[in-house]
Amino acid sequence: MQVNYYIYLSVALFCIGIVGVLTRRNAIIIFMCIELMLNAVNLLLVAFSKMHHFKNAAIDASAGSDGQLFVFFIMVVAAAEVSVGLAIIVMMYRNIHSVDINFLNRLKH
Amino acid sequence: MIALLLILIPLLSGVVTFFLKKENSAKSWALFTSIVTLSVSLLGLTVLNKTEMLQFKCDWLPGLGSSFSIRLDGMGQLLCLLTAISFPLIFITTWHRSYKNAHNFFALMLLSQAGLMGVFLAMDALLFYFFWELALIPVYFLASIWGAERRIAATFKFFIYTFVGSLLMLVGLIYLQSLTPDRSFDIKAFYSIVLDGKTQNWIFWLMFVAFAIKIPVFPFHSWQPDTYEQSPTAVTMVLSGIMVKMGLFAVIRWLLPVLPSASFAYGEKMISMWAIVGMIYASLLAWRQDDMKRLIAYSSIAHLGLMVVAIFSESEIGMQGVMIQMFNHGINILGLWVIVEILERKYGTRKLSELGGLAQKAPAMAILFVVVALANIALPLTNAFVGEFMMFTGIFTSPISEYEMITVPAAGLTIIIGAIYTLRMVQKVIYGNTNALTATGTDIGLNEKLVLGIIVILILVVGVYPQPILDLTKDTTNFIINKANILPLLKK
Amino acid sequence: MKNALELSYLVPLFPLIGFLIIGLGRKYLSKPLTGIIGCGVILASFLVSIWIFFDVKEGNSGVVDYFNFISAGSLKVPFSFQIDALSSLFLLIITGVGFLIHVYSVSYMHHESKEHFARYFSYLNLFVFSMLLLVMGGNFVILFIGWEGVGLCSYLLIGYWFKNTEYNYAARKAFVMNRIGDLAFLIAIFMIIAKVGSVNFADVFSAEALQKLSPSVTIITLLLFVGATGKSAQIPLYTWLPDAMAGPTPVSALIHAATMVTAGIYMIARSNLLYSLSDVTSNIVAYIGLATALLAATIALKQNDIKRVLAYSTVSQLGYMFLALGVGAYTAAVFHVMTHAFFKALLFLGSGSVIHAMSGEQDIRNMGGLSKKLKITFFTFTVGCIAIAGIPPFSGFFSKDAILLSAFEKNPILYGIALFTALLTAFYMFRLLFVTFTGKFRGTHEQEHHVHESPSLMTVPLIILAILSIIGGFVGIPEVFAAGGDKITEFLSPVIAKSAGHEVSHSTEYMLMGLSTGLVILTIVFAWFRFKNYQPKEEKGFGKVLENKWYVDELYDKVIANPLNKFAGFLNNFFERFIIDGIVNGVGRAVNYGSRQIRLLQSGQVGSYVLLMVLSILLLLVYQFFIKK
Repeated sequence: MQVNYYIYLSVALFCIGIVGVLTRRNAIIIFMCIELMLNAVNLLLVAFSKMHHFKNAAIDASAGSDGQLFVFFIMVVAAAEVSVGLAIIVMMYRNIHSVDINFLNRLKH
Repeated sequence: MIALLLILIPLLSGVVTFFLKKENSAKSWALFTSIVTLSVSLLGLTVLNKTEMLQFKCDWLPGLGSSFSIRLDGMGQLLCLLTAISFPLIFITTWHRSYKNAHNFFALMLLSQAGLMGVFLAMDALLFYFFWELALIPVYFLASIWGAERRIAATFKFFIYTFVGSLLMLVGLIYLQSLTPDRSFDIKAFYSIVLDGKTQNWIFWLMFVAFAIKIPVFPFHSWQPDTYEQSPTAVTMVLSGIMVKMGLFAVIRWLLPVLPSASFAYGEKMISMWAIVGMIYASLLAWRQDDMKRLIAYSSIAHLGLMVVAIFSESEIGMQGVMIQMFNHGINILGLWVIVEILERKYGTRKLSELGGLAQKAPAMAILFVVVALANIALPLTNAFVGEFMMFTGIFTSPISEYEMITVPAAGLTIIIGAIYTLRMVQKVIYGNTNALTATGTDIGLNEKLVLGIIVILILVVGVYPQPILDLTKDTTNFIINKANILPLLKK
Repeated sequence: MKNALELSYLVPLFPLIGFLIIGLGRKYLSKPLTGIIGCGVILASFLVSIWIFFDVKEGNSGVVDYFNFISAGSLKVPFSFQIDALSSLFLLIITGVGFLIHVYSVSYMHHESKEHFARYFSYLNLFVFSMLLLVMGGNFVILFIGWEGVGLCSYLLIGYWFKNTEYNYAARKAFVMNRIGDLAFLIAIFMIIAKVGSVNFADVFSAEALQKLSPSVTIITLLLFVGATGKSAQIPLYTWLPDAMAGPTPVSALIHAATMVTAGIYMIARSNLLYSLSDVTSNIVAYIGLATALLAATIALKQNDIKRVLAYSTVSQLGYMFLALGVGAYTAAVFHVMTHAFFKALLFLGSGSVIHAMSGEQDIRNMGGLSKKLKITFFTFTVGCIAIAGIPPFSGFFSKDAILLSAFEKNPILYGIALFTALLTAFYMFRLLFVTFTGKFRGTHEQEHHVHESPSLMTVPLIILAILSIIGGFVGIPEVFAAGGDKITEFLSPVIAKSAGHEVSHSTEYMLMGLSTGLVILTIVFAWFRFKNYQPKEEKGFGKVLENKWYVDELYDKVIANPLNKFAGFLNNFFERFIIDGIVNGVGRAVNYGSRQIRLLQSGQVGSYVLLMVLSILLLLVYQFFIKK
């Protein structure tokens, strides 16, 4: 199976993520969209890693394995991010009874 | 050793001064150490004039290819001497003035002296930049804390202006360093760089803008009259007597020999023309000033313009003239500031329209004032004549100048206008009848007589017998001229 | 006995020492002591000068080097003196006449306070020092040092009474006018350095150097001449000299008549080898000289200030000397410098004596009939008038005749105008004499009561100068009268090459002399009838134009000084403030404005940040894949 299809899928996922981040105002949905983008990247990494391994396995048995490794890292970081991010969102809801990000423009001042 | 002492004495004593809370002890300490510095400088010129005494080198930032390398050559000797002479004279002149938080004032003065010495001594580009800023920053504080009413605006302009310039220079220096074969900031490495014309051109402008602001060359001059006017006179003395020489000095040491073909391409054709326009412009403006400080500031711009023209004429006589004139101008303008300081303290004004008739009340001051004023218009047998004559001769006979029949007469106009505004100043201050303000005037005190007397003696001695100074700077001049002269290359 | 040349440094040294002693000790020296020192040093210089003069006459002349003034690169300017016929003659004039004027000053200035008296003498000594440097200098730079030095002393002495603002302006005007000339002089020096590489007279006037100079000799000589017009008060830079009469009268006699103003003549005579190379310059010198002579003479006709008449007469006589230089009669010019120094110093000192007697009054309309009370002054003044009018055998006749004859040889029209000027000279001088000394007294009673002859310290110099004015011309008796009588030409021949001899026949020469003498006497008689019973009246028409000096001062003010001043004002009030500072502050303001605009981007909306981020990433991608090749 060609790598192209993975790329298309991943770009599609990424774009959905971006559009979601840009258009939605609910913090939770934005958060989910960010996760979507991360996973698009993960998908791409895995796909390339597999392709890399397939091509160079004769020379180097472990070729392409670092791509898989990165994915694990990203998943771990994403998990950590989710925990922190959800905590922030919960705190925010407690304070202003809303998860609408347009209320969060205090940086301007 | 001598070289190191020249920096260390003012630096350490400056730091010590911060802790001397009593005004008098801070003053006396500052005067004392400045005299020590002067004697060290004199020793370096006479008894201890040996190569190993005049240089010092140790590692500083080896990772960056920079070392703490200082050396006194002829030009450095002369300018360090000027710095060393100026500070005691400044301290004596302003002895009777009291400053708020005097210990800080004198400490900063001494720190700026250390910076100035460092600039004239540094043989390493990064070190040079370091001292360049070290000299600038105390002066900024001095002017903005102890200055006159509009001091904040004026010093802010001054600081931003010169700082922008120095940053451009820093970019240029770093770029040059990256081009040296062994990635070093050492001056020898800089001198050995061979660059093509295009690269030279834009580095030239980066660095020259910094120096042009400092000198200042028209039209970068507008910080100067404001800053001179607003600073306390002691600081003005440092600024105009020594600091503006930093720009000229840097052009001679760091620009001409490093970027000869760009200096050739722009210097004589473009910058000289600008400088001459600036000379006439500043002279005309000086004619119309009522505030003595502004008048002297514009007069100084005119005089320095001539030095810039002479530097870029790249002739030996002209360059020698610039060297001796850097010293002379420092001495002469110091004399004028001393007069301004006296007038301001005694009569509370620097306005020509409010003074007059002081020849009757203060004959000793009048005589000394006239001599200094005559030096300002380069009358023969005063020091400035030697410098100006040599510079004009250099410009006129320079191998690279083509328009000397236009540039020299045009620059010469400032000799005439110079006479007009200087004599106007003399006339308005000491001649005529006394008015309500000056009727109660008294003559100057002993310390002022001493200061002005020393200045007048220097003016006359150098004016009659300038040869020792010319001999002192001869080697440096030859070196720079040979380095900067690209005519033989062009001919090939 | 040592060679006099080696001791020549003593000549300027004495006045310098005098200057220092008097200047530094002005609070401690009593007036008589100041006078003695002041005059004594000049006398000492005079004695050494005589010694040098006779030594030079023996044939000893040369250059004495003392030390290197400036030595850098290829340029070497030694501090050297050149002692030869020309400089030794000037030494005698300067120290001799200078000494007499110093003696006169002791009495003239006696009412000044001790310190100001000392100030006066220190300036005077400094002047003599500078003037001696000027004529002794062995190269153009030393000459220039003296040249500016005398300008300085002139400035100081014109403004001697510094409480008077008008005098100060006169002093400043003199200095600035001189500086204009000095600039041209300096440029000429630079050109000489560029061509020859040396400033020493000996090098510049060598055949080889003249060869190198010859392509640009016209411009060099013209520039030198512009320098001379400043110092020697010629068109267009002459207007400072009449104003310079603000100084004390002996100063006018010494500086503004006898010595300093002849510096230009000296300089051109010194560089006669250069001038004889350029016909263009020589002609210009002659025409300018003649025009000045005529212009100044016409102005002098209608002046009423006794010193101003003499001042314009000086300008006119200097014009005469330039005429002589222009027609190549360098010796005649130097000769006229000498005789002029005698009779003009005499006239000025005489006018000083009159002013002294009239308690400071200078307007001749308020004088008259003074001959009865001021016998010696009247007598010596008359001698001066006859000498300047050029009646034989007084000194002025010989020198003026030499100039007229040379002018005639060159061009009879020059001669005609010069002769006319000579007649004007005779007319205004005798007008001055008659209006001042004959007729009835027209001043106040107090003044009449006060009028008295001056003390002997003043009259003795007058008498000596009168004698010199009578016999001074005998050193230059024309060859037609006595073969070998023209001693001055003989004496100066090492410096100024003798001309081949006059081309005109003896009979023509006699005729010209007779013509000029006859016309001058007629003019004097005419003046006598016109002014023996002078009554002042308002000038009208052309007379008013002359009285106002052709409005030249006003013209200069309108055309040069005021516009320049206005322009400077414009630069100061508008250009500097709004353009230069405007640009500088404008940069600051632009940064300020820009940051205020950019600040709007920081909305605090996370969405807009992300949008910007995405857009920029897209841009980068587009750039990476589609634009960058």
